[in-house]
Amino acid sequence: MSRLILSNLTKRYGALTVVDGVDLALEEGEFVSLLGPSGCGKTTTLRMIAGFVPPDGGSIALDGAIISAPDSVLPPERRGMSMIFQSYAIWPNMTVEENVAFGLKLRKLPNAEVRARTAEMLETVQMAHLAGRYPAELSGGQQQRVALARAIVIKPAVLLLDEPLSNLDANLREEMRFEIRRLHNAFRITTVYVTHDQAEAMATSDRIAVMHAGRVEQIDAPHLLYARPRTRFVAGFIGRTNLIEGNVANDIFAADGFSLPASSMAGQALPPGPTLVSVRPQSIGLHRGVPDAPSGHPVMQGTILERTYLGESWDYVVSPAESGLRLRVAAPPLDVHDVGGAVWLALDPRQLAVVQ
Amino acid sequence: MALWIALALALAFLVAFPLIKLMIASVETRDGAFTLNNYATAYGRARYLEALFNSLKLGALSAAIATLIAVPMAWAVSRTDMPGKGFCWAMVMAAFVLPPYLGAIGWILLAGPNSGFLNVLWRAVTGAEDPIVNIYTFSGLATVIALHSFPLVFLFVKSALDLISSEMEDAANILGAGTFATMRRVTLPLAGPAILGGFIIVFLETIALFGTPAIIGIPARINVVTTQLWQFFEHPVRMEVAAAYAMPLLLITVAMIGAQKLLLARKGFVSQTGKGGERREIKLGAWRWVMFAWCAGVGLFAVMLPVMVLVQASFAKAWGRGLSVDNFTFRNYYHLLFEHDMALTSVWNTIWFSAAAATIALIIALLVAYMVVRKLSRFADALGFLAMAPFVIPGIIMAIGFYAAYASPPFAMYGTAALIILAFAARFLPIAFANASAAMRAVHPEMEEAVRILGGGRMTAIRFVTAPLVKRALLGGWLIVFIVATRELSAAVFLVGPRTRTMSVLLYDLSEAGNFEVLAAFGGILLVITMVFVAVGMKLAGRDFMLRRS
Repeated sequence: MSRLILSNLTKRYGALTVVDGVDLALEEGEFVSLLGPSGCGKTTTLRMIAGFVPPDGGSIALDGAIISAPDSVLPPERRGMSMIFQSYAIWPNMTVEENVAFGLKLRKLPNAEVRARTAEMLETVQMAHLAGRYPAELSGGQQQRVALARAIVIKPAVLLLDEPLSNLDANLREEMRFEIRRLHNAFRITTVYVTHDQAEAMATSDRIAVMHAGRVEQIDAPHLLYARPRTRFVAGFIGRTNLIEGNVANDIFAADGFSLPASSMAGQALPPGPTLVSVRPQSIGLHRGVPDAPSGHPVMQGTILERTYLGESWDYVVSPAESGLRLRVAAPPLDVHDVGGAVWLALDPRQLAVVQ
Repeated sequence: MALWIALALALAFLVAFPLIKLMIASVETRDGAFTLNNYATAYGRARYLEALFNSLKLGALSAAIATLIAVPMAWAVSRTDMPGKGFCWAMVMAAFVLPPYLGAIGWILLAGPNSGFLNVLWRAVTGAEDPIVNIYTFSGLATVIALHSFPLVFLFVKSALDLISSEMEDAANILGAGTFATMRRVTLPLAGPAILGGFIIVFLETIALFGTPAIIGIPARINVVTTQLWQFFEHPVRMEVAAAYAMPLLLITVAMIGAQKLLLARKGFVSQTGKGGERREIKLGAWRWVMFAWCAGVGLFAVMLPVMVLVQASFAKAWGRGLSVDNFTFRNYYHLLFEHDMALTSVWNTIWFSAAAATIALIIALLVAYMVVRKLSRFADALGFLAMAPFVIPGIIMAIGFYAAYASPPFAMYGTAALIILAFAARFLPIAFANASAAMRAVHPEMEEAVRILGGGRMTAIRFVTAPLVKRALLGGWLIVFIVATRELSAAVFLVGPRTRTMSVLLYDLSEAGNFEVLAAFGGILLVITMVFVAVGMKLAGRDFMLRRS
C-alpha cells in the first residue's frame, strides 16, 4: 500500500483553480519532487498535504486513512509529518539545540532520549559544535542544516520540503542538494520536495511530477522525463528542445524536410494524423560531410544561421535545405562552424519523443 | 468566532458608536428631532467663522516654521559629517517627549511681553522700551507650536534621506553639479513627498491641538476651533452645537490624510526603489559648524530654555526675580505634594488611567493585528480598518463623540474613570495597532507553521514562538501609548469630573489660575514622571523607541 495518496485533489481561490485534480501516490521511502514554474500549484499542493490548506475537492490519504477532504481536515499538528520551509522558520528565540529538540519535547519523550537523539541528529548534519548558538549567529547554509535536523529528528511519516534551497547562493545550493539526498539515503523518509529548479529535482528525486497550471503533466524518473517527455510543456520545461510538427500516414511520420518510419520512434503504434515530436539539441548529429547513417535515420543538408558559445557546448541554429524548419543543435566546443557554413544533420528516430 | 464578535463589539463601542453619535447629535434637537439649527448656530457668528479661519492659518504657519526648522536638521544628521549628531537626536527626542503645554508655559516665562526673561534681558542690554519678542501674538503662538512639533517633520524627512543612495548624488556630481546644486536639485526633490507629508502631519496636529492655543491663545484673544469647542462646553453645555462645529475639523483631517496617502503612493518614495547602494557622508568643511549651530539653536529654544525657566520658576518665590538664594524655596513643591487636595490624586489618576488605557488598547490591537496579519477571518480587514480609524479623528473630536455617546443616561459615565480610560484607549488604538501589526508582521507565518507541523497546536505556537518574539516590540508599543496618554489633554479636558482630573487637566486649571510658580512645580513633577518612563522605555525597548515610525 502507498504511504501517501492524493486523489483528484483540487483547490480553488475564487474563480481561479490553482490545483486541478492532482493524482499522486508515494511509496514508503520514496522521494518525489513537484516541479514546475511559479504559480503552477506545487506549493499549494504541498501545503494541502501538510494540512495548512483545506482542499476544495478530492482527498489525501496517509497509510490508508483520509487526512484531508473538503469537509474534514486533520490539523497539521496531528499528521506526524514535518516540513522544511522556504524561510527555514528557525525559531530565533531558541538555540540550535532547542530548535532541534522542540519536536521531540512535544512528543513528551523522556529528557535523556530527547538529549541523545538531538545530539545524534546534530552530529549527522555536522552542527554538533554549534549546538549552543542562536540562529542569528548562523550562516544560511547552517540554518538550512538546523531546519533539516529539526524536521528529520522526529522521524516523520512524511517529510515536506518547500523550495528549501531558493535562498542560498549557487555553490551552497549544489552542496545542500547532495546533503538532502544523502540524508534521504540514510533515513529513507518518504519525501515530497517542491522546487522550480529542475537540476535540484533531478539530483534529489526518485520520481518527478511536473506540474503546470494546477495539473500534473507527467510523473516519471528524472532521466525518462528528459528522454521521453509526453507533453509539449514537459519537453519545453525540462532542458531545451526542438518541437517538430508532422503527420503520420501509412506508418510513416512525415515532417517538413524529412520522414521516417513512425514505429521506429515510439513504443506503441501511432494513430494517423497530425503529430508533434520533440528532439533534443544534443541528440541531433552535426557533420561536415555526408554522415554514414543507418537506414531509417534521416539525413539532411543545412546551413548554419546563428551560433552562440555557451561554455560547455556550441548552440547552433541550423536551417535544413528545402525545409522551413529551424533546428537548435548542440555541438562540442571544438566543432566550430561559421555562420553561413554548410553542414549535415543526422536524426536518430529513437531520440525522437512524440508529445501532446 | 466568539473572539471576533467580542472584538467587533469592543471596536463598535470604542470607535464606531461615538462617531455615529457625534454625527447624529449634530443634526438633532434636545428632543431628538431632526434639525439643521445646530449648524446654523455654529457658523452663524463671525467670531466662530474667524476661529475656523484662524485654525487653518495657524496650522499652515506652524507647519511652515516646523518644516523650515526640521529639514536642514534632518539633512545634516542624515547626509553630512556634522558633529554632535547624538546631541541633535537627543534634542529632537526631548522636544518630542516634552508635553506641548509645558513648552507653552516655559515660553510664557521666557517671552511674556512685560516680565519674560528674554524681554527683561533685552531691555537691560539695550535700554529699549518695547519687548523684543511677544508670545501673546499669532506668530508667537505658531512658533511655540512649531518648536514642539518639528520632530514629526524631522523623522519623516530623515528616514526618506536615509534611503537615498550616495550614487544618486554622485550621478549629479559627475554631470557637473556641485554639493549645493545637488542638494537643491536632486536630494531635496527626492525627499519632497516626505517633506510634504511632514508638513501635513504638523498642520493636522496643530489644528487639533488644544493645550497651547488655550494657554497662549485665550489670553492673547486668538480664538481657534479647539478653544471655541471648549467654550461651547462651558455652562450651559451646548454639545450639539459643538458636534456641528467639529465637523469641518474632522472632514479636513480625513481629506488631508487621504490626500497624503495618494501623494505618497503616486510619487512613491522614488529613492526606495534604489536598493542598497553605498552611503557616504557629505563633507561640509567649515559649514559643519554652521549646521551644528542651527541644530543646537533649535535645541536651545525648543527644549533647554523652556525647561530651564520652568525649573527656575518651580523653585522660586516669585519667578520674575530670577536666580538668587533668597528667592529659592521648596514651598511650591511642598504645597503641591502635601497641601494641594488634587495634585497627588491627579498623578495617581494619570498613571493608572494611562496604564489601563494602554493595556486595553494593546490587547485589542494585538488580537485584531493577529487576525489581520494571519488572515484568520474574512472580516479581519474590517476590524483592522476600525482599529486604525481614530488616526484620522482629532482627539478633541473623539472626546466630544465620547461625551455625546456615553456622558448622559443610559450610560451616565460622565466624569468616571472608566470613560476617560476608554476614550484614551480609543484615541491611541491606532498607535497600538500599528505597533502590534508591525510586531506580528515581523514574525513569519512559517515560524508558527513549523511548530504545528511538528505536533504543536496554535496555542503552543503562540506560547513558545510568537509571544517570545513579539514581547519586546509590544512592550515598546505599550510604553509609547502609556507615555502619550500621560500627557493627553484635549481628550481628557472634556471628560474629567472633579475627582478624576489628570495631571494635564490640573496643569491647565492651574494655568488659568495664573500662579506660575506652583504651575511650574507641577510641570516639573510631570516632567520627572515622563522622564522616568521614557528612560525605562529606552532601557527596555531601545534608544529611539518613541521615534520609530511604524
